[in-house]
Amino acid sequence: MTRYLARRLAFAAFLVFAVSSASLILTRLGEGDYVSGSLGIEARRETAAQARARYGLDKSIGEQYRTWLGRAVRFDFGNSLLYDRPVRDLVPERAANTAILAASALAIATLVGLPLGVVAGSRRGVVSGAIRSTSIVVLSLPPLLTSLVLVFVAARTGWFPIAGIRSAAVAPGGETLDFLHHLILPACALALPLAAVFERLQAQSMGEVIGEPFVLAALARGVTRRRIVWRDALKPALRPVTAIYGLVIGTLLSGSFAVEVTTSWPGLGNLMLDALRARDVYLVAGCAGAGAVFLACGTLVSDVALAMVDPRARE
Amino acid sequence: MHENRVSRLGTALVAAALAASLGAPLLAPHRADQRFAGLLNAPPTRPRLVDADGSVHAPFIYGWRLSNRLEQRYEEDRSRRIPLEWWTGGAVVRSSDETSAPLLLLGADSFGRDVFSRLIFGGRTSLALAAVAALSAVILGGLLGGIAGYLGGTVDEGLMRATDFIMVLPATYVALALRAVLPLVLPAGVVFALLASIFALLGAPFIARGVRAIVRSERRLDYASAAQALGASDVRLLLLHLLPATRGFIAVELTMLVPAFIVAEATLSYVGLGFPDPVASWGTMLHDAANVSVFADFPWLLSPAAAMFLVVLGLNLLLQGPSFSRHVRLPM
Repeated sequence: MTRYLARRLAFAAFLVFAVSSASLILTRLGEGDYVSGSLGIEARRETAAQARARYGLDKSIGEQYRTWLGRAVRFDFGNSLLYDRPVRDLVPERAANTAILAASALAIATLVGLPLGVVAGSRRGVVSGAIRSTSIVVLSLPPLLTSLVLVFVAARTGWFPIAGIRSAAVAPGGETLDFLHHLILPACALALPLAAVFERLQAQSMGEVIGEPFVLAALARGVTRRRIVWRDALKPALRPVTAIYGLVIGTLLSGSFAVEVTTSWPGLGNLMLDALRARDVYLVAGCAGAGAVFLACGTLVSDVALAMVDPRARE
Repeated sequence: MHENRVSRLGTALVAAALAASLGAPLLAPHRADQRFAGLLNAPPTRPRLVDADGSVHAPFIYGWRLSNRLEQRYEEDRSRRIPLEWWTGGAVVRSSDETSAPLLLLGADSFGRDVFSRLIFGGRTSLALAAVAALSAVILGGLLGGIAGYLGGTVDEGLMRATDFIMVLPATYVALALRAVLPLVLPAGVVFALLASIFALLGAPFIARGVRAIVRSERRLDYASAAQALGASDVRLLLLHLLPATRGFIAVELTMLVPAFIVAEATLSYVGLGFPDPVASWGTMLHDAANVSVFADFPWLLSPAAAMFLVVLGLNLLLQGPSFSRHVRLPM
């Protein structure tokens, strides 16, 4: 188990290092830089050169990368050129917003998808058919579409705020409620397709477990159906969903990008987009690094969870 | 029986989308970039048979008259019936008075362009990109997976590690970062090739893993040994005998990659990193509609979202039946 953990940890560290390095180098390789974008083509050559020297953009890629890496190991990720603030302050703030969005979406998807999957997988008939059909329809609605549709509904009805994270004027003490009010729409938009995936997987796995001899044996001994479904069969049937929990983090990050853009949620996705557009190299690397940290944590947690549920996975 | 009906519905949806895209030049009443300056955000014109007095005519429409310029509200001009014309001007159907009262089946966008025509021309771009990218992913992934599964050893190990790594990454961000490296404004053809290769690169690992597993197990079967004993070379054995065994798997994968790529194009174009503006694709159309106050008042601007949903639903339904749950994959 220790060796397994060490290997997974090494992979996680490599992931963060590779992703942030690659994004820094890629952004630098691209045509144009922050200065050409912010000063425009009219700028005097000396002004532009001065600005480049100040931002460290006049050095070669290799040199710039080495300097950045040298500082990064001491947790100094440079200054954002666009916002003129340290990346170390800017990114965690936005990453926290994305984490809240993703965590609530994951919670909603699990709470909605798993029980529905258990129901759909353990019986036949109208209810099960309805859940299944709904899932297939929702599966065809990626987060970009769910968020557009929900924003449209919200704009028409006025039930939810359509953008942002907090209202301009809030009664004292109402901040949390206001925040939750803003969170509901993007979280649901992100959760819906995932809930459908969980439901389908859980239903499939439930159906398989129900067919096993131990279920028949329990029934024969007079254990109630409800007890078998929700206790005895549920645990072995949880394996497939547990197995994809690690991959879910990547999906959540991808999906939250679309949701953040459509609902103007100030998260990592919007920050990354701004940074990429402005060719703000250090900010791009910081955002990518933060995303990679999320991914690494997600895969680590799911690897450990899987190794605990299923010893064969430790190989 | 039931499952059969469901997958037939899927076939119908996909076939309809393909037919509409392929027949776009015939079916579209207008060019994708044709603007009607007096009809910005005009609502759909409804083809009618019965006029305001209750008498029945051949299909006709009423034109729009601007009632509020500031809010862009229109009212129907009931004073004049405009009959529809069939098979004129190279289109199946169009209005007989194209200049002042064009046929706008799905309304007009904020530039006064016909949304219906853009939708089916845009479907060409979006579907062609998704199809080309998915095929390239299959070719790339199939070859890599085949080689890894056939050779085994270090090559196998290295390739599978690489696919592990790519599969963990959030696809949208990788596509975004790779796209953003290149100049923002590029000709449409270059963007097409670029996006297709980025998507193919991101989709290939999913194919490669499955193909590798199948090739590995097929290699041990008698027919493979027989072919080898008869003197088939490695390349021949792999290409002609082993890879055909992956057909079923690849067909399923294709119906999963195509929707993912359609959505990926839409996402990139939506944030302005996909196709450049005048090109019609479902993503650029959503980009034009991106302003909330705009699409809340003019819901027909969301029709590319509906089209995307129907195509993705159709492809999902094709996978219906017992095989569906087994192939559930996380949305990209």
